[in-house]
Amino acid sequence: MREYLMPSLGADMKDGRVVEWFVGPGDSVRRGDVVGVVDTAKGAIEMEIWEDATIEEIVAAPGTKVPVGEVLLRLGEPEGGAVEAAEAEPESPESLETPVEPASEVPPPRGPAEPQPPGPPASSAEEPISPAAPMPGLVRASPAARKRAHELGIDLAEVRGSGPDGAVVLEDVLAAGGPTPHITPLARRIAETHGLDLSSVKGTGPHGTITRDDVEPLVPEAAHRQEPEGRQRTMRDAIAAAMARSKREIPHYYLESIADMRRAEAWLAAENGTRPPETRILPVALLLKAVALSARDYPEVNGHWTEDGYRPASAVHVGLAVALRGGGLIAPALRDTDARPLDELSAAITDMVQRARAGRLRSSEMTDATLTVSSLGERGVETVIGVIYPPQVALVGFGRVVERPWAEDGLLGVRRTVSITLAGDHRVSDGHRGGLFLRRIAHLLAHPEEL
Amino acid sequence: MSQDDIRGTVLDVLRRVAPDVDVAGLDPAIDLREQADLDSVDILNLVVGLHQALGVDVPETDYDELTSVDRAVSYLASRINEQRG
Repeated sequence: MREYLMPSLGADMKDGRVVEWFVGPGDSVRRGDVVGVVDTAKGAIEMEIWEDATIEEIVAAPGTKVPVGEVLLRLGEPEGGAVEAAEAEPESPESLETPVEPASEVPPPRGPAEPQPPGPPASSAEEPISPAAPMPGLVRASPAARKRAHELGIDLAEVRGSGPDGAVVLEDVLAAGGPTPHITPLARRIAETHGLDLSSVKGTGPHGTITRDDVEPLVPEAAHRQEPEGRQRTMRDAIAAAMARSKREIPHYYLESIADMRRAEAWLAAENGTRPPETRILPVALLLKAVALSARDYPEVNGHWTEDGYRPASAVHVGLAVALRGGGLIAPALRDTDARPLDELSAAITDMVQRARAGRLRSSEMTDATLTVSSLGERGVETVIGVIYPPQVALVGFGRVVERPWAEDGLLGVRRTVSITLAGDHRVSDGHRGGLFLRRIAHLLAHPEEL
Repeated sequence: MSQDDIRGTVLDVLRRVAPDVDVAGLDPAIDLREQADLDSVDILNLVVGLHQALGVDVPETDYDELTSVDRAVSYLASRINEQRG
């Protein structure tokens, strides 16, 4: 029996609410079809399916909130019975099949089922603990403990530390998370989402376990419909979670280079002068293409950090950070950014930005990005220094095109220029290669005919 | 085509381009990019929409003429007159 699971549409996604299904039992679907819509902190997302199949059963009815990785649909063999279809899918986006952040979706093992190394906390020796003297009010804790505590929503200040100098280590957090094992993960999540107090709830599941059935009647009706203000808050929460994780886990380094934009601007003006509005090229298309072509030669900025370490991507799908009016940010991916002609890329950007703001992106756009570009545009600032969007390992920032004094061949002039920055992940790359990557982008922008 | 018709078309196109903006509440004299937070993608979409609705091809060098609703209406009116003449 095959299943279609709630996809992880970004490192910050914990769950999604099914809005509607476009398919029903007995329907046959093909790889790439949009099968339904799920509501997330980042708006309504159209879910694509990544195999040919027949829908057997809709497990998650519209309106249901489903954690990442839980079953949405049961699938049968596709019509015509291509039994091997599911296996022969090298291209299937791994992030759809394997949640990007499985650790946070699966409740940590609790109690005696998980054998711990005997004796003194051996793990504490392996967990680097900041040697700095503890500041008042600051809890000393290992990074692993901090991460897990955050995932479990445990306040570190309330955990008794058993590590050196009373530092909190992973084991302490796991123990602290343990005392209420009789709540299913789904029920817990529903309760957390709606701020429900479960201490007085009687479980009706096996051995008094509190299940979804016990919790859902407590959810206020109004909460099923998300108001715009609620949307703002959940999006802010999602951004906060992803960015906090980034700053907690990724050792960023930052580089900046200034690129001459005269030729790029002149080339673009001449090109667009001959084109009707429908096929004109946006300046940001040039920037994205320059980044994408350069990323081909620098695999250490184009890929994902996984539990098994760094995995460079085989294609370049640049995510473009799109600011939403009224606040919020979303960075959907443009597939094969490096391989598309500029006018096609520009049309794709136009379409995608509009859909991002209308809240109609597709699941692959949410998961595929291998590298992100943040360009704050013509009204933006001169320099953007970005925060990497995990599990990616680099972010390229473009400032506004501005006139700067420019010295060349012993002469001083004024040029239209742009600041290009790289926020890189030191676990994967170093400043030297990062600098060469930036220089390659600047070179391409100075030679727009190569784009 | 009267100025009122053109204004109605401009507002319609704006509504389509930026459904998340309260178009009725815009001050027609103030810069759209400032008050409605429009960016270059929105401006290009606006130009495409106006091209389709009015048949006026606004060249890139004239994009500044579209920065407020009032300015856009008078610019488009003169362009439409030119095309007739």
